[in-house]
Amino acid sequence: MNRQEVHQGRLKSPFHSCLEKLDSVNEWHQWSGYSSPNELYCSDTEYFAIRNSTGVFDLTPMTKYRITGPDALGYLNRLVPRDMAKVAPGRVAYTVWCDDNGQVIDDGTIFHLREGEYRLCSQQRHYDWLLESTAGFDVTIAHETEDVAALAVQGPTSFAILSRMGLDGLENLKYFGLAHFDFHGAELLVSRTGFTGDLGYELWIEPGKAEALWDALFDAGKLHGIRAIGTHALELARIEAGFLAAYEDFLPADETVRTGVSRSPLELGLGWLVDFKKPNFNGRRALAREKREGSTWRLVKLDIEGNKVAHASYIFPNSRASGDNIGFVTSAAWSPVCKKNVALGTVKAPHGKPGDTVWVEIYYQREMHWNRRMAKAVVVDKPFWAPARRSATPPGLY
Amino acid sequence: MTDRYDAIVVGAGHNGLVCAALLARAGKNVVVLEANDRVGGAAVTREFAHGYSVSACAHLLYQLQPEVRKELGLSPAVAAGDLQTIALAEDGKHVRLAANGVEGVSSEDAEQYRRFRKRMTRFADLLRKHLNRKPPRLGTKSRGDLFSLVRLGLDMRMLGKNEMQEFLRLIGMNIHDEVTERFEHPQLKGAVCLDAVLGTHLGPRSPNTIMTYLYRNAGNHGRMDVPKGGMGSFSEALAHRARSAGVTILTGMRIQRIVVDNGRVTGVETAGGETFSSYTVISNADPKRTMLDLVGARHLETGFARRVRHFRSRGNAAKLHLALDGLPTVAGLVKKDFEQRLVIAGDEHYVERAFNPAKYGKYSPEPVVEMTFPGFRDESLAPAGKHVMSAVVQYAPYGLEGGWSGASKQAFTDVVIGTIARYAPDVASRITASELLTPADIESEFNITGGHWHQGELTLDQFLFVRPFAGASQYAMPLDGLWLCGSGAHPGGGVSGAAGRNAARTILEREKQA
Repeated sequence: MNRQEVHQGRLKSPFHSCLEKLDSVNEWHQWSGYSSPNELYCSDTEYFAIRNSTGVFDLTPMTKYRITGPDALGYLNRLVPRDMAKVAPGRVAYTVWCDDNGQVIDDGTIFHLREGEYRLCSQQRHYDWLLESTAGFDVTIAHETEDVAALAVQGPTSFAILSRMGLDGLENLKYFGLAHFDFHGAELLVSRTGFTGDLGYELWIEPGKAEALWDALFDAGKLHGIRAIGTHALELARIEAGFLAAYEDFLPADETVRTGVSRSPLELGLGWLVDFKKPNFNGRRALAREKREGSTWRLVKLDIEGNKVAHASYIFPNSRASGDNIGFVTSAAWSPVCKKNVALGTVKAPHGKPGDTVWVEIYYQREMHWNRRMAKAVVVDKPFWAPARRSATPPGLY
Repeated sequence: MTDRYDAIVVGAGHNGLVCAALLARAGKNVVVLEANDRVGGAAVTREFAHGYSVSACAHLLYQLQPEVRKELGLSPAVAAGDLQTIALAEDGKHVRLAANGVEGVSSEDAEQYRRFRKRMTRFADLLRKHLNRKPPRLGTKSRGDLFSLVRLGLDMRMLGKNEMQEFLRLIGMNIHDEVTERFEHPQLKGAVCLDAVLGTHLGPRSPNTIMTYLYRNAGNHGRMDVPKGGMGSFSEALAHRARSAGVTILTGMRIQRIVVDNGRVTGVETAGGETFSSYTVISNADPKRTMLDLVGARHLETGFARRVRHFRSRGNAAKLHLALDGLPTVAGLVKKDFEQRLVIAGDEHYVERAFNPAKYGKYSPEPVVEMTFPGFRDESLAPAGKHVMSAVVQYAPYGLEGGWSGASKQAFTDVVIGTIARYAPDVASRITASELLTPADIESEFNITGGHWHQGELTLDQFLFVRPFAGASQYAMPLDGLWLCGSGAHPGGGVSGAAGRNAARTILEREKQA
């Protein structure tokens, strides 16, 4: 597509006016050219809305590409390591995509909207890579970030709210499924997906209907504790869910300068996404070699003793922190819902097998003075927060 | 079920034939499939006017590697050997260049030329060693790669400290700076510049034109021969060697696609619908045609496909063939001089000025020309008493503004003949027929994408470790069973046989390791 106009300055999402009305702290940051709220009143309260009622997050800045054409499936199967032939229309797949060296460029979701029609969503922009990948395929890539307004509606009462809003049949929508509804004469796409690890949905609609959708949603949610939320609350929820964030838990391979600082899917605990039965996909040869010869790094989820958050901590194999560290923490938080001190980190293989004990070196400040503490941490296999309600069908009417 | 071959070679260019012959010598059952009706690729002899034949693309033999010559027992019959280069001057005071000396210039220039050639020969010999082995890959832990990298370093060091410094200084430099530093005589400067840029999309001021000059000399110290019967007879001799080693050569077999099944090649399909099966397919076709047209980008990874698409391969050299009812008259030349190589290269600025318009999609209004009269010592090419001229003409860009048409070809032909007429005023009256092959014609007739002599520009970013591109420098493509053996691969073009020989050796070596 040919965009004549280059936007200068920050874009406002079609939900901006709705967010502004609720905003009392004026804390915004830039996300892919859009203004996005860090928090709207209090990130703690917003976080608890996700876990105890429903939090609504403006997802519009999420990058969206529409992929269509006779070769759409073949194209995607070459682009990503996952077997997209197994993703039926009406389903959504989480995946990563890699460069030729098997290093992760980004992760995201691919929506199989209708037979042969796909949408790829990611935090970062990848138009160049997606276009480069079209050589040899009869496929069209349309950048549609600005053409689709999106909301994440996440939390235990999200199903109750959307039902009350009149989305009949939503109870049949399975985890990682999508369905189309009518909303004021426009098509409303609802997917049972999210970045919180909880029961939740994402709503996708044309920008002209954005404000009406917001109003209908908040109307229906009044008695179900609905709250708009910002990025801080979401960040905490995603760490609890064990989800990765680009630039935090890995660097997009196409943005790195030095070798050895990017990560492969195998090193990020995403080996389950890599289907070596497919004859060709970007990174296949390198990943097959890595599988044969062993990975350098391993992503770990850490359950850490104490309550001091292990921000950017070095990880050691023993409590004395003698010798070289074996890695470092990439995301860390005190998890209110788990009542645990949790972190995601990256360590050198063979360290970091589930069940292993490692030590993190935590620096924390108390009244200006810095303190250091070695805290014991256990490598866990499962996400810290993965309640059964996340994927129960039909979902609970909380 | 068709027979399964040990290897299929796509294209019977000289490299394909060398590769096939060496594999067959090692006991392989090899078939060579050629799209055209004759073998030789761009080294063929064909009639261009009734009774008149020339070497249609490559027309001089100067790079054939001694290793190839020896291993295949080749001794091409020569019509005119060890050619002099006569750099024409309008006043008839021509300069005559040989490998080790020059006549028609001041004694100072002659001495400088002798020193220049001595150094260039020394450096070309160093380069030659590395043209005849597979280049090391960078950044691997392979002992072979490290070893050949060390050898390259060691060979440079063995030049001695000063000469090594000179080598490193010169290899990326342009020929213009070197000739203006050394020489006075305009024709001498022009002729050396012409040798550096012939067959490339480069001018004398373009970087690494000393490297291309070295490349040209890295076979037989700059010795040039006109093969008897044209280049086609050399190719026929090569094909004969291949056949007697057991190779099957089939012409008129245009490959439609290289078949990929489950991530590896399994054979080829011809335009006529025939299938040939093999787990080893070696392509003598250029890298773009091989990877994008015959294999298809969908079977490659995105980054690799991008490198293939960005491989620079737009040719800039045209071929002009003239049928002459007699030799033209050139002041200052005697009859026997017409067996030599005549060049029109004014001076170093003339060559650069010729290049300028080509950068912007226009042909040179005053082109540089390399002329040979191969019928002078070879009766097989023209009727008795008649002659043919085979000329390489630069610059004629592949991507001519508005495209190459009958009209633009005629206009450029007139320009070239007008240029020649400044030295040979009666040339136009001698012409009975002519043929111009632009890079676009070379592309369609010889199946070379972009119509480039080397299948791809010979510059440092597409040389040695990174030829044709990173990740594919050792003939093996990132698709199991697929190999390149043409001039798009290391080391590059010219009728040298090095790429074909290196590819065959690498394939056999890899097989031994497996």
